[in-house]
Amino acid sequence: MKNGINSVFSFARLGALLIKEFIQMRRDRITFAMMLGVPLMQLVLFGYAINNDPKSLPAALVAMSSDPYTRAVVSALQTTGYYRFDHVAQSAAEAEFLMARGDVAFVVTIPADFTRRVERGDQPQILIEADATDPAVTSGAISTLGTVANQALLRARGMQEAAAEAARGQLEVVVHRRYNPEGISQYNIVPGLLGVILQMTMVMMTSIALTRETERGTMENLLAMPSSPLEIMLGKVLPYLVVGAVQVVVVLAAAKLLFGVPFTGSLSLLLSAVLVFVLALVLLGYTISTMARTQMQALQLTFFFFLPSILLSGFMFPYRGMPGWAQIFGEILPLTHFLRIIRAVMLKGADLPAVATEIGWLVVFVALFAGVALVRFRRTLD
Amino acid sequence: MNVIDVHGLVKRFGDKTVVDHVTMTLAEGEIVGFLGPNGSGKTTTIRIMCGLLTPDEGEGTVLGFDIRSDSLRIKREVGYMTQKFSFYEDLTIAENLEFVARLYGLKPLNEHVARTLEDLGLTSRKDQLAGTLSGGWKQRLALAACIMHKPRLLLLDEPTAGVDPKARREFWDEIHRLASGGLTVLVSTHYMDEAERCHRIGYISYGRMLATGTVDEVVRNAGLTTFVVQGPRLDQVAAALSGRSGVDQVAPFGATLHVVGSDKTALQAALADVEKEHKGVTVSPGETSLEDVFIQFMSGSKDNMG
Repeated sequence: MKNGINSVFSFARLGALLIKEFIQMRRDRITFAMMLGVPLMQLVLFGYAINNDPKSLPAALVAMSSDPYTRAVVSALQTTGYYRFDHVAQSAAEAEFLMARGDVAFVVTIPADFTRRVERGDQPQILIEADATDPAVTSGAISTLGTVANQALLRARGMQEAAAEAARGQLEVVVHRRYNPEGISQYNIVPGLLGVILQMTMVMMTSIALTRETERGTMENLLAMPSSPLEIMLGKVLPYLVVGAVQVVVVLAAAKLLFGVPFTGSLSLLLSAVLVFVLALVLLGYTISTMARTQMQALQLTFFFFLPSILLSGFMFPYRGMPGWAQIFGEILPLTHFLRIIRAVMLKGADLPAVATEIGWLVVFVALFAGVALVRFRRTLD
Repeated sequence: MNVIDVHGLVKRFGDKTVVDHVTMTLAEGEIVGFLGPNGSGKTTTIRIMCGLLTPDEGEGTVLGFDIRSDSLRIKREVGYMTQKFSFYEDLTIAENLEFVARLYGLKPLNEHVARTLEDLGLTSRKDQLAGTLSGGWKQRLALAACIMHKPRLLLLDEPTAGVDPKARREFWDEIHRLASGGLTVLVSTHYMDEAERCHRIGYISYGRMLATGTVDEVVRNAGLTTFVVQGPRLDQVAAALSGRSGVDQVAPFGATLHVVGSDKTALQAALADVEKEHKGVTVSPGETSLEDVFIQFMSGSKDNMG
């Protein structure tokens, strides 16, 4: 009996199943596009964007004088490619604020008596403070530091290479790893995880909010009864704010108890920022919900948004290591801004002025998503 | 003032005209049946009237409110029962009713829900999930939820599809009881017996309203003649009849054949021929039924399902 109706396997029947499957695949355009376009897009996007050894990190210079030795050290640091001095701070306090806000990754301080000490042969010192909230970002820059600065100084003094060898160690580079002196990566990862977990669950749960009503046929009834689009939207997203609040408490407690992550900032400031972030997320999910036609499509769109959020927000790979275009891409992700806020508040003890810009970004997302959702919402079945 | 008063409604989906210049009026307390084949535009017309769809052309009022600009007020005063059960299957019966009562702002809440449950006879099962109800009970629950806010107009879209005859009978008794209290009802259906329970009917096909009036009027205006054929080997008689000029429909009804035609002379000539050819066959005048009229309408217009 070959390929008969009673055989265990028939190519004709397998063929029927395959043909049916391909027809269905072709009909579901969004899925089809995801299967072909998304892998390629993501490969290109992430392949070029992700860089574990970030260069050209923003630094602030606090220099009390501007003599040849100071300039030599500064330009040598710049030549390494790791440092980009785009801030000149007038005082230590100003530099401190720049770092708390996350505008700079380094503050290089060259003391007032630097030149005098070089000339006298006293051991000169420079101080380099590195933002160690993400230890991976600054480690490359710190490791090349001592040699480069010394050689630059020696060249400036016109010493020969041999003499340079002998004089090595003369310049002392003091490195302060700020906020996370031991370089514990969990201090960076665990607060970030709160953002990632919230993003994952909030967007996913609300993205199926409307499609579920449509798929079960309850949407028609809901629309036929007196309820406005705003009421329907708030009715869908507010319950998830509560879910989000529970998650926040659980993750923050675990961060403290299990991982010992320090909490130096204001709890109320952090919770306010979390509230705005979660609101942005549930509205994003709801917006997805007004676009997708099925729950399946809604989930696909959620993942479509989730992957860049993980990879380009600075959660997994240093934001500063990404090329400019990828950084711009990262700016349009709510998670990017939330990560900066939570790391700043928890680890750096940042206050409201230091994180106001980032919170402002989140407020913009809230307004944007709510607006898009209300416009996209179909009050009728047209 | 008419409860429904709409003129020249047109609705297009893409290049397909689903509702084509439909005009309709319903007086207070009337029960109007809305008939037509699948895909003829019944559901679309009903959705326009309750504000779920905006018409491309045409205007009118429902309960005195403009169907284009006042859909929110229409929604408050209309009860709309969808074709498919569209309450929450993962909520209990009582929770569904509470949800609806709250949306319409009915107070006191518990009283409204309790009375509705009482009327339904579902008080003892109020904590049962709505999804576990049988088709007939789902339909009763949906109706009860639709009339809880005391609407002045009830729009029912094929409310009795998949419901057993006893439940259908009870459903219609309820509809008549409500109408005698002044509620106006527009109900779409496929069933002829239900059409005959309406004060008036409208027949829509291909988006066009082909006939309106009482059942008798619609039958009379169709201008059909019907004969009943009896005798042996009716299957052969039916085969001999169909396709002859003058014969529009041949349909077996138990031990008889209903032969329908719009040209009485031609129909009689055809029957006389067949009576001669087949021994023992008798032909007697019959009464044209609503179903005959609808079959005639349907064969006269193309299907709109695409």
